[in-house]
Amino acid sequence: MTTTKLKPVDAVVVGSGVVGSIICMELANAGLKVLCLERGRMIDPQTDFVMPYVQDELKYDRHSEIFQNLSRETITFRNNMSETALPMRELGSFKPGEMVGGTAAHWGCNARRFLPHDFEIRSKVTERYGKNFFPEDCTAQDWGVTFEEFEPYYDQFEHIYGVGGKAGNLNGAIQPGGNPHEGPRSREYPNPPTRRTPQGEVFAKAATELGYTPFQGPAAAMTRDYNNLYKVMLGECQRGGFCSSHVCSQGAKANPLTAVLPALYKKENFELRPLCNVIKVNTDSTGKQATGVTYIDARGREVEQPASIVVLATYCFNNTRLLLLSGIGKPYDPQTGRGVVGRNYSYQTGGRVHVFFEDREFNPFIGGGMVNTSIDELNGDLIDRSKLGFVGGAYIGCQSSGATPIKSKPLPHGTPRWGGEWKQAVAHNYRRAISLGIHGSCMSYRQHYLDLDPTYRDANGLPLLRMTFDWNKNEQKMLAWTYERVVEIAKAMKPAHYHAHAVPTKYSIVPYQSTHNVGGAVMGADPSTSVVNKYLQSWDVPNVFVVGGSAFPQNAAQGPTETIGMLACWAADGIKEVYLRKPGPMV
Amino acid sequence: MAESAVLHAYGYLTQPEVRFLDAAVERLIPTDNLGPGARDAGVTCYIDRQLCSAWGTHGRNYRSGPWLAGTPEQGFQSRLTPQEIYRIGIREINDYCRAQHDKLFEHLPAATQDQVLQALEKGKVELPSLSSKLFFDLLWRNTEEGYFADPMYGGNRGKVGWKLLGFPGVSSGAYSAHLDNPAPYRAEPVSILDIETKQAQVDAQGFAKHIMLKQAGGK
Repeated sequence: MTTTKLKPVDAVVVGSGVVGSIICMELANAGLKVLCLERGRMIDPQTDFVMPYVQDELKYDRHSEIFQNLSRETITFRNNMSETALPMRELGSFKPGEMVGGTAAHWGCNARRFLPHDFEIRSKVTERYGKNFFPEDCTAQDWGVTFEEFEPYYDQFEHIYGVGGKAGNLNGAIQPGGNPHEGPRSREYPNPPTRRTPQGEVFAKAATELGYTPFQGPAAAMTRDYNNLYKVMLGECQRGGFCSSHVCSQGAKANPLTAVLPALYKKENFELRPLCNVIKVNTDSTGKQATGVTYIDARGREVEQPASIVVLATYCFNNTRLLLLSGIGKPYDPQTGRGVVGRNYSYQTGGRVHVFFEDREFNPFIGGGMVNTSIDELNGDLIDRSKLGFVGGAYIGCQSSGATPIKSKPLPHGTPRWGGEWKQAVAHNYRRAISLGIHGSCMSYRQHYLDLDPTYRDANGLPLLRMTFDWNKNEQKMLAWTYERVVEIAKAMKPAHYHAHAVPTKYSIVPYQSTHNVGGAVMGADPSTSVVNKYLQSWDVPNVFVVGGSAFPQNAAQGPTETIGMLACWAADGIKEVYLRKPGPMV
Repeated sequence: MAESAVLHAYGYLTQPEVRFLDAAVERLIPTDNLGPGARDAGVTCYIDRQLCSAWGTHGRNYRSGPWLAGTPEQGFQSRLTPQEIYRIGIREINDYCRAQHDKLFEHLPAATQDQVLQALEKGKVELPSLSSKLFFDLLWRNTEEGYFADPMYGGNRGKVGWKLLGFPGVSSGAYSAHLDNPAPYRAEPVSILDIETKQAQVDAQGFAKHIMLKQAGGK
C-alpha cells in the first residue's frame, strides 16, 4: 500500500474524548499547532442529538451507533490463561464510544475524586497492616504522584466540567453537607449540589440512623447555567433522564462536545480530523524518538502524519494496543512478571440491593444528571481492615438516574422471569422500588493483563487486543462485606421486601457492569513496573505521552472519568511547563 | 387462538412465523386485567422491523472466525444472525411441537405453550441447529424491548407498556421542579411517535407537554 506523507504538526493527539479534547485545548492555548485524529465520525450536537429523539432507550441503550462498532474492531476475552480467548462479538459488560467526543459523550456524569489513600495504596496499606496484607499475586502499586500534587488539576477539571457538589473538606476543615472523608480541596465546587430526591431522603434517613454521613454525590450535569473555564456555556439540567448511554439534547451534561470542543473549534492552530483510525506510532531508527503516526482514513488510504509530540488519548484498550502494535515499551509477560505494556489491567466491582415498598410510591423516571445520595464510610481505609482481610472498599449510592422502561424494572426475588405473574409484579413495583448501588475498587493482579491476540484480527488485518481477567478473592471478600452493610441500611429503610444481588464468582463479559476499564499502560515512579512516568510520558520514547484510564495502576471505587480528566489537565501542564522548555525525558 | 389486533405487512417474517410469534409473545406477556399483552401491543411487528434493520444481520457485531463455543462468560458465539435464529428456530420448534404434541405451537393449549417455552428457556429442547436457550433468550429480550420501546418501532401500541408502569414517556420540562417533590407524578404517556405525528405538544425546549392524570384518591 502506498502511504501519503503529510506536513508535520507540533502535536498529534489520538482521540477526541475527555482526554484528547482537553490536551488539544491546553496545547493549542500554548501556541502549538495541534491535530486531533478521531476514528469516529463528526458530531453536530445541534442536529445529532435533539428532542425528542434523544429519549430513545432502544436506539441508544441497545443498538447504539455511538458505541464502538465491533464489526471492525473488538477485543478478545478469557477468564484465565488456560482458556482460549474468544472475540467479544456483541457489546455487554462495557460500552466504549466511537465518535467525536469519545466514550465521555455518553458518560453518566458521575464526577468524584479519588481519595488520597487511593494514590498511595501500596505504601499506606503496608504501613498500616504490614507487607503481607496484600494478596501474594496482587500487583497494586502507588501512582508516583500524591493527591496533594493532583489537587489543583482536579480543581481545574471541575471548573471545565462544571461539577456540582458540596465540599466536605475545605483545606482540612470538615464542612457540613459534604463528604467528610474526601481529600482536602482547595476551594468549593464551581456549582451547587443536586437537590435530594424522595428516594435519596429515605436512604439518607436510614444511613444516618446507622451512623453514616450521607451527602449529595458530585455530578457534571449543571445544577445552574454555567460559563466554564473555557468560556463555554452549559445549560441547567432539567432532570429528564436519558443520560448514561445517551447524549444530552440540552447540553446540560458536561462532555467533550459541550464543554471543550466548541472553544477548540475557534482556534486556528487546531484541526480535528474525524474518521481517521490511527494504527501505529512511528519511531525513528533508534526507536527512542517518535516521528508521528500512521492512520487509515475513511477512503481506506494509509496516511503518515509527522509530529514532534504524540499523545495517545484513547480508551484504555486502544492506548495499550497502539503501544503493542508500535513496539513501544516492553510487552508484559505474566509468566515472568517482566515487561510493562498490558500489565495491571483492572476493572471495577459493582453490586446492587433493591428495596421494595408497599405503601410508598416514587417518580423513578424523574432524575438523571447523576442525582444521587451517597455514603463514603465503607470506602478507602477508614474502617480497620486488619480483621476483615481485604484491601479496598466501596461507596454506596442511591441514584435517581431516570428509570427507563426496558431495562430499569427491578423485581423482588422469586418473581418469575415472564408471564402473567411477572407482568403483575412489573406493574406493582416500577414506582415502588429504590436501588442502592455498590461501587467498589478493584486491585490489579499478576495474571490479569492485556496483550495481542494470536488468532483474531480487526478489519485492517491487525491483531485484536486480548483481555485475561477474572474476579479475585480480595474483591469478592470486599463485596460480600459491603453487601452486609448495605443490607443493614436496606432493612433500616423498613421496606416490604429487599434483595441483594449475589457476589459474582466469575467475571462475565455479558451483562453490563461499567465502562470503567483501566490499566495496561500504567503510570508510576519505577520503569520496571510502569509504562509512563509521573508526567504520563513514555519511559522509552520521551515524545510519546499516554494519557487516560490506561494509566491507572488499579481502580478505586469512584467512577474513573473525573480522575481521567484530571490526568489530562496534569499531563497537559507537564508538557507545557516542563517538556516544551526542555524536550526529553522529564524524570 | 385469537387473531392479533395488529395489522401489519411483514418485511422479513413469513406468515407461519407471524402466527408462531403472536402465540409465543402472548404467553410471555399475556393480556390480563391490567391490559393488553405483547401480541396486541404489536411485538411481532416490532420483531419484524428489527429483523429488517442492521441488527437483524448483526451488522455491528464482530463476525469473523474461528467460531468456537466458548464459556458462558465469553458471551454470544453463535455464527447465526437474529434473522437466521428466528427462521431456523421457529421451524425446528414447530417440528418439536408436532413430534411431541401432534400440533404446531400456535395450536397448543396455553398451559402446554408455557411448558414448551419453559423447556426452551432451560435449554432442555434439543433442536437440531441451535440451542433452545439461545432462541428463548433472544425472543424474551425482543419481546420485552418491543413491549416497552417507543411505539415508533412498531410495538408498545397505545403505549400499553408505559401505561402498565406509569412511565410518562418523553420527559416534561416540569420534572426539575418536581425532583424533590414526593407527590406522585402521573401523566398520560407521550411518545416520540406522538410528537413527530403531532399527536402531542412540546414546549420551546422540546420537552413534552404532559396531560396530568387524576390521582386515585382524588389528588
